[in-house]
Amino acid sequence: MLLEVEGLCVNYGHIEAIRDITFGVEEGSITTLIGANGAGKTTTLKTISGLRKVREGRILFEGKDITHLPPYERVLLGLSQSPEGRGCFPGMTVRENLDMGAYVRKDARSKAYAQDLERVFHLFPRLEERVSQTAGTMSGGEQQMLAIGRALMAKPRLILLDEPSMGLAPKFIQQIFSIIGEINEQGTTVLLVEQNAAQALKRADTAHILETGEIVRSGTGAELAGDDSVRAAYLGGDV
Amino acid sequence: MNFDFLFNNFAELTVTGLAFGAIYALIALGYTMVYGVLQLINFAHSEVFMYGTFAALWTTMLLVGDTDVSTLRGIGVLLCSLVAAMAMSATIALLLERFAYRPLLKRNAPRLIALISAIGASFVLAELMGLRDRVAAWFGLDDNLSEYVSGARINRSMPSVLENKQLFPIGDYQVTSVDVLVIVSAIAMMVALDQFVRRSKMGRGIRATAQDPETAALMGVNATRAVQMTFLLGGLMAGAAAFLYMLKIETTKFDVGFLLGVKAFTAAVLGGIGNLRGALVGGLILGVAENWGSALFGSEWRDVVAFVLLVVILLFRPTGILGESLGKARA
Repeated sequence: MLLEVEGLCVNYGHIEAIRDITFGVEEGSITTLIGANGAGKTTTLKTISGLRKVREGRILFEGKDITHLPPYERVLLGLSQSPEGRGCFPGMTVRENLDMGAYVRKDARSKAYAQDLERVFHLFPRLEERVSQTAGTMSGGEQQMLAIGRALMAKPRLILLDEPSMGLAPKFIQQIFSIIGEINEQGTTVLLVEQNAAQALKRADTAHILETGEIVRSGTGAELAGDDSVRAAYLGGDV
Repeated sequence: MNFDFLFNNFAELTVTGLAFGAIYALIALGYTMVYGVLQLINFAHSEVFMYGTFAALWTTMLLVGDTDVSTLRGIGVLLCSLVAAMAMSATIALLLERFAYRPLLKRNAPRLIALISAIGASFVLAELMGLRDRVAAWFGLDDNLSEYVSGARINRSMPSVLENKQLFPIGDYQVTSVDVLVIVSAIAMMVALDQFVRRSKMGRGIRATAQDPETAALMGVNATRAVQMTFLLGGLMAGAAAFLYMLKIETTKFDVGFLLGVKAFTAAVLGGIGNLRGALVGGLILGVAENWGSALFGSEWRDVVAFVLLVVILLFRPTGILGESLGKARA
């Protein structure tokens, strides 16, 4: 297991946001957490990347206990998150945002760096066209692409994607999920949080359903996509 | 209103106003940077400046004494004073961050609490300097040094190291070497800081933290380090301002920070708080306007002019003249 989450509990003040969450992410896989708004998906991701304090439970990355590490040290270990919504730095250009993604790397002038930049531009040609545009002036979809591209610039072992399809036009949604598949095929493990359950289950090796802060179902993507109760609750009856 | 006086001395009022404004601007950078990153007014920044003036004063006194020095040695002494002032101010700024702010911010205390802590720290620092003859006696400092630190509540003047030469005339006014030194070095420091924040990796980390601290942390920015760096840079600029202030004004006192701090804060708000270039614009405008205003209405109206100007500009541009934040500043 690349990532193991054991009995995780997180509070916002006195309110329990997530309760006793346990799951693992297999190296090389796509794992997805699906569920309704407020089910605790984003909280789970933010806790894994260190933005939220753990009340109880453990987080292991490659067997190492990272439960209480500050976020920047987790990035050094190979965890990279693309935040929810328009998580770009609005006052920075596209290029500066991508450079921010590589903040922990020390090879900004190397060939490998140029190749990684090339790879991001290959995945998102739109970003190359707009490389010196200020991120805050781009459309929601373009900012979403930038946030994913930026997370890739850290060369992560595990990329955490928080609602990459949120607010996108339907034709972009297809595109972004096929890009996620491509990123995974190139060797990056993916932990994906989505409300678009249909698309997420189609791509996922393993899936977990969150309801009010707890995991209520787990299985392979295909299993859950084929399950009648899941279809009724999350897929609007048909996939 | 005394228009004749204003027009007859227009060149002098403008040049000395710019020199003052440049000093305001250097101090304003500290307010504006900390605000940009933490949304916090560091009210103790005036004391960061005040300690710098004393570091410059003491260094000059220790190195020169009462004797005359050659030009070359004089330049050396001034450089030492500059370095000492910057080091002292940066140290005070870092101590403030460590003891007055970090423990509060770590516990997610509201910004208002941090503000009160800042005001408290400001009083403590000023009064420590105000008690320094007693503090010095307590530590049993030698006569030579305690003579420099004594008389804590009266003005202390700086020995003049270099002759203040008249360089070239603008209108009727002979521009002096101190005027030129103050304006040129203040602007050079500001350009260096601006470039550092825009181009260096650390600068990018600071801007990222100012725009979105959580996302910056996800990129691997060490937030504590970024905040420390912000205080350090603000302290260095305040130290440089303190040195230039001692060159221009030549006296200091334990409470010198108060008015200077309020003026520099005004300059920061005037230019647009959170905005580095705004601090420069605000400082220069404030310095010049004050001088013109005091010529027109009499020098007792100097501070009134400064604050009325602030109110008027904020009425029409609530975010200040340049009005964008450190975070949104583009490269």
